Amino acid sequence: MKKGRININITAIFLYSAFIAFSFVIKFNPGKEIGYTFFTFVLFMIKILPCAFILIGLFEVWIKKEKVEKHLGKDASMLSFLWVILLAATTVGGIYVAFPVACSLYKKGANLSVIFAYIGAVGLCRIPMTVFEASFMGVKFSLIRLFVSLPLVIISSIWLGRYLEKRNYTMMECMK
Amino acid sequence: MSFIIDKKKTGKALRIALKKCIKILPVFLTMLIFVSFVLYLIPDEVISRYLGNRNMFSAFVSASVLGSISIMPGFIVYPLCGILLKKHVAYMVLSAFSTTLMMVGVLTYPVEKAYFGMRVTVIRNCISLVIAVIVALVTGLFFGELL
Repeated sequence: MKKGRININITAIFLYSAFIAFSFVIKFNPGKEIGYTFFTFVLFMIKILPCAFILIGLFEVWIKKEKVEKHLGKDASMLSFLWVILLAATTVGGIYVAFPVACSLYKKGANLSVIFAYIGAVGLCRIPMTVFEASFMGVKFSLIRLFVSLPLVIISSIWLGRYLEKRNYTMMECMK
Repeated sequence: MSFIIDKKKTGKALRIALKKCIKILPVFLTMLIFVSFVLYLIPDEVISRYLGNRNMFSAFVSASVLGSISIMPGFIVYPLCGILLKKHVAYMVLSAFSTTLMMVGVLTYPVEKAYFGMRVTVIRNCISLVIAVIVALVTGLFFGELL
């Protein structure tokens, strides 16, 4: 079952690259443009993903489980949300980088609510992004956005975390 | 630095990094394929046409829908928003657009599902959408566009 799905993915990727290559050969413009967008994104990700994964690897080796549990676990105080928001603010890349990080945090025993707060915050308040935003849209715009969204993210994460705990949810994929 | 302190541990870290990276790579590529198609189908002109709609409500809805579907890196989104702002597109509409872009990801769905499973992914995205709408409405209120 699992194996079959990976094969489908690989087939899709193969067909896609064939399509792009073919478009270039016969000068099919939509195909070429799609190819260019794809390469721009791949380049962008190549810059970010390896660093992100190396940092995740280092995190898993160096940071002790007890420490994460103490600060981000079930019995941690509200301060834990402050920590993850700071962590999120310094995360680079995009929400897709946040997922593997969340996975590692979970493995180290962080609370589910905290993890969802982290993911939400990565979408909202990465520092380079916010600076960029403020320069184009004005500081007022960014401040309103941050002050309204962060509390909402924290509240909804607490709710979601509790709801999932009641249903004995576990992140299966991460435990492997 | 980690390498100097403990060679063995660092090696282990790198191995973990590589393994994780390879495991999720096909999913990432699938996502990128979707992204490149969608960005082709919805170019910048279409976005500005819908968001510049005179009718505030329809502009608002299309901003949320477009933002939810696609993902874009910040260095593309904000210059685009800046241009739209100069064309007198409402702050509220742009707020809906940029916030849904960052938080709600129909296209990141394959990646998110691989980590969290389907149900949680759907719930999280719905919550994010609601948050984005609230944020946009408040932005509109502050900039005096709503009333």
